[in-house]
Amino acid sequence: MNPFRFAAPPVFYPLAGRLLPWFTAAAVLLAVAGLYVGFGIAPTDFQQGEVYRIIFIHVPSAWMAMFIYLVMAGYAVLTLVWRSKLSAMMCRALAPTGAIMAVIALLTGAIWGKPTWGAWWVWDARLTSTLILLFLYLGYMALVAAIDDTTRADRAGALLLLVGVVNVPIIYFSVRWWNTLHQGASVSLTASPKMASTMLTGMLLMSLAAWMYAIAAALHRVRSIILQRERHTRWVRQLFA
Amino acid sequence: MTELGAIAWALRRDLTLAMRRRGDILNVLGFFVLACSMFPLAIGPQREWLQRIGPGVIWVAALLSVMLALPRLFEHDHADGTLDAMVASGRPLWALVAGKLIAAWLVTALPLLALTPALALAFNLPTSTLPVLVGSLLLGTPVLIGIGAITGALALGLKSGPVLMTLLCLPLYVPVLVFGAGAVEAQAAGLSPLAHLALLGAGMLAVLLLAPLVAALALRISVE
Repeated sequence: MNPFRFAAPPVFYPLAGRLLPWFTAAAVLLAVAGLYVGFGIAPTDFQQGEVYRIIFIHVPSAWMAMFIYLVMAGYAVLTLVWRSKLSAMMCRALAPTGAIMAVIALLTGAIWGKPTWGAWWVWDARLTSTLILLFLYLGYMALVAAIDDTTRADRAGALLLLVGVVNVPIIYFSVRWWNTLHQGASVSLTASPKMASTMLTGMLLMSLAAWMYAIAAALHRVRSIILQRERHTRWVRQLFA
Repeated sequence: MTELGAIAWALRRDLTLAMRRRGDILNVLGFFVLACSMFPLAIGPQREWLQRIGPGVIWVAALLSVMLALPRLFEHDHADGTLDAMVASGRPLWALVAGKLIAAWLVTALPLLALTPALALAFNLPTSTLPVLVGSLLLGTPVLIGIGAITGALALGLKSGPVLMTLLCLPLYVPVLVFGAGAVEAQAAGLSPLAHLALLGAGMLAVLLLAPLVAALALRISVE
């Protein structure tokens, strides 16, 4: 069987519809379990007290914000090289989720930073590079939204994603270096003692929940994009006949 | 040979056009000086403060000035159809773009570099930092123009204009700003600026090689 068969919108649309409830259910179940472990079972941190529990939301969202950008860059290669229409639609479907994840990571980071560092915002390397990552998402969304012609928007967006993904590590290391030249953060998560295993379990469950949520949200969005773009085709008309 | 010919042709053409519209060059210079002078007015004339923020302010102002001049790079040629002719001409598009980029650097960045010593004096920067400041701009401005050419080509002919350009360019400019302003800062702090300058130089070489190719690809996407 040819796996590229699923890249055809008429095939992918019903497939995404069948997969969607499973990913949604998995996201809800994992989030409930992860929140229970994180907020109910995991012990209080002896250094940071209860405030550390925000990492059960913060770390998975920061991780997803970075990972979704890489996935979009992967789809961008497919768009530019094989001119696959569905990959470009996946890029567009993923972008808002990635941007939301970056916003959640920044907000929870600020909420954690206020009691821990004594400031809502410090120019920490990770915070700053996440902020720039958010702007990369916003730039991508603004560019594709500004171009009316679908093919041009898809290909221009894909090229921008590739330029961005080359820059992401450079931005990260430049900001980290800039930060060490100025002042270091007073508390560092990487230097904290080894995590209790229940904390790790909670974080793992929440990360899986974030994955499932991101997949479900992207599938949901891509179905709408497919319908919008293929609205003049016969199979879409038959669907709503 | 056709590549070199194409580079020379585009370079000569853009320089001639720029010389016929000298006002554009002066506008960018005026913006550069004005943007720098806003900071002492905002924070006060204390010499130590100005010395402290000077390199950063000059770098940010240079970066914004280059960004403001970017729409000129392709928009006029797009509006009058020259760009379509260039794409269709069969000449290597990357070479034409390379010529345009060199012209843009000569017309936009070089005057900024010439003005930088005067602004450094206005901010009371020690004279020992001046060569590093000019050197970091010398290495950094080609990167700014190269990246800007790519984003400018992607946003070709769009009505959203400068705001979109800001959103596309500035995140990608972050490393250049960090290393550029960092080099001057290191020199002012008595450290060696060589590491910063070496990284800027590496960035410049990468951009010199890649920017014309990627910008040409972006132009094809936008025009076709």
